[in-house]
Amino acid sequence: MSVAPIAGRAAIVGAATTEFSKNSGRSELRLAVEAISAALRDAGIEPAAVDGLNSFTMDNNEITAVARNLGVPRLTFFAQTPWGGGGGCGTLTHAAAAITSGLADVVVCFRAMNERSQQRLGQPPASSASPAMVTGRALDNAWSQPFGISTAASMMALAARRHMHEYGVTSEDLGRVTVQERDYAATNPNAWFHGRPLTLDEHQASRMIADPLRLLDCCQESDGAVAFVVTSIERARDLPSTPVVIEAATQGAGSNHVQMATPYREDITGAEEIENVGRVLWRQSGRTSADVDLAILYDHFSFAVLAQLEALGFCQRGEAAEFVRSGAIGRGGQLPVNTNGGQLGEAYIHGFNGIAEAVRQLRRTAPNQVADASAALVTSGSHVPTSGVLLARG
Amino acid sequence: MTISTVYDSVDWDTIVTEGRVLPARTADSEYFWNGLIEHRLLIQRCTGCQTLRHPPGPMCPQCQSLEWDTVDSAGSGSLYSWTVVHPPYAPGFFQPSIVGLVALDEGVRMVANVIGTPPDALNVGAQVSVFFADQAEDWTVPQFRLVAG
Repeated sequence: MSVAPIAGRAAIVGAATTEFSKNSGRSELRLAVEAISAALRDAGIEPAAVDGLNSFTMDNNEITAVARNLGVPRLTFFAQTPWGGGGGCGTLTHAAAAITSGLADVVVCFRAMNERSQQRLGQPPASSASPAMVTGRALDNAWSQPFGISTAASMMALAARRHMHEYGVTSEDLGRVTVQERDYAATNPNAWFHGRPLTLDEHQASRMIADPLRLLDCCQESDGAVAFVVTSIERARDLPSTPVVIEAATQGAGSNHVQMATPYREDITGAEEIENVGRVLWRQSGRTSADVDLAILYDHFSFAVLAQLEALGFCQRGEAAEFVRSGAIGRGGQLPVNTNGGQLGEAYIHGFNGIAEAVRQLRRTAPNQVADASAALVTSGSHVPTSGVLLARG
Repeated sequence: MTISTVYDSVDWDTIVTEGRVLPARTADSEYFWNGLIEHRLLIQRCTGCQTLRHPPGPMCPQCQSLEWDTVDSAGSGSLYSWTVVHPPYAPGFFQPSIVGLVALDEGVRMVANVIGTPPDALNVGAQVSVFFADQAEDWTVPQFRLVAG
């Protein structure tokens, strides 16, 4: 099947989350070490055996502070994968690469944030009398921020409108993604919107944030942490939990990239980064889009789910709205998507809670269990340089 | 008051951008911001292969030449996409502000505000043209208006 040396050689052997809330009441560092120590207990591995530690950018925790508090005395591999929410699966990619190349034996990947109570990522920047510091990011921002494009929603809105224009997609079509995810969230006790399904009318009544994106097209804001323990499949076989094998893993960037949802690329209606990720995942794993039981597609915005269904080949370009309308991503559908309720319904932990859901599904312990789930595709943030993994029940 | 009524009551010749985060710039891009002060909309051009590019950069991605000059855009184009930004607002904008992704006739795209028109008058493909609003000695902001007809 596979020819890539990284494929199928490492596994997730421990996973844990904190509760998800709007105000955790404790520090981001405490959230990180709570989730990591729970994941290590789940794996049956002592902190002293950890030699790799990885998060992704926008996590405020210093790797050293996390290691110090956990009692991890030495590290041979440590990293922060770039591009925020695009980096989530990249931490697993780098963990697998470190393990298969001999850089580390046990790598912990984590994301901890008080995103709602401390640092809201969806807010525009504060007023500034003088030009921003001349970082590469500030230079990219110069072409849109002075004109009011300064939030993720406003960047995605330009791509969403063009996609909707070219393919006849409506606000109701976006809303059906949210409604479907809230249906899953309603029966997931860990979800913020547990017990609170949504109607399409309620979606349509929600206010505009960045036209055509409404409030209920935008993911939640959440506090919480998620952590995973990754090791070799040989070592995984001696551990108590059912290993979740990293069958394929990659990062993916695309052409002519500026900021989020680059408006300068010739075709802005697709999800080119995810297309590039998908191509590698299918090649490494030897699977096709018909060979996965569910998908966790990064849903910072409902529109992103439509774009990714097309980019990964689950349906043709312009057909995702119809795919969702047919019930394909719902319970018992052809491809259940974001079965935890996603970031629209469960919580927004920068996509890391979606990876935790894939692990639960493959261990067959998920609240909304997909029958006999044995393979799951997971993506990180679309419309930015991103990453993805294909996970399989070991 | 409806958005249209609000837009009708605004004096669009006075655009106040006070409080905005101003653009960071380097030797690769300062020609653009300096051009605005002279009411010129400049597009970077590779002198190796004549390809236009925006946003600017030091190297031509087509031929890898580091040599470039600029050409004056006529300032006409069409709306490739657009959004209306609602709260949360960044400081220094008319609220709600319309942001256009303008496909300039020369063949590059540019992000800028579309001014003087309520959002319900906008369509993908609508014709727009640039005008320049002086804000400070070293800061002129390019804006677009719908072309009548």
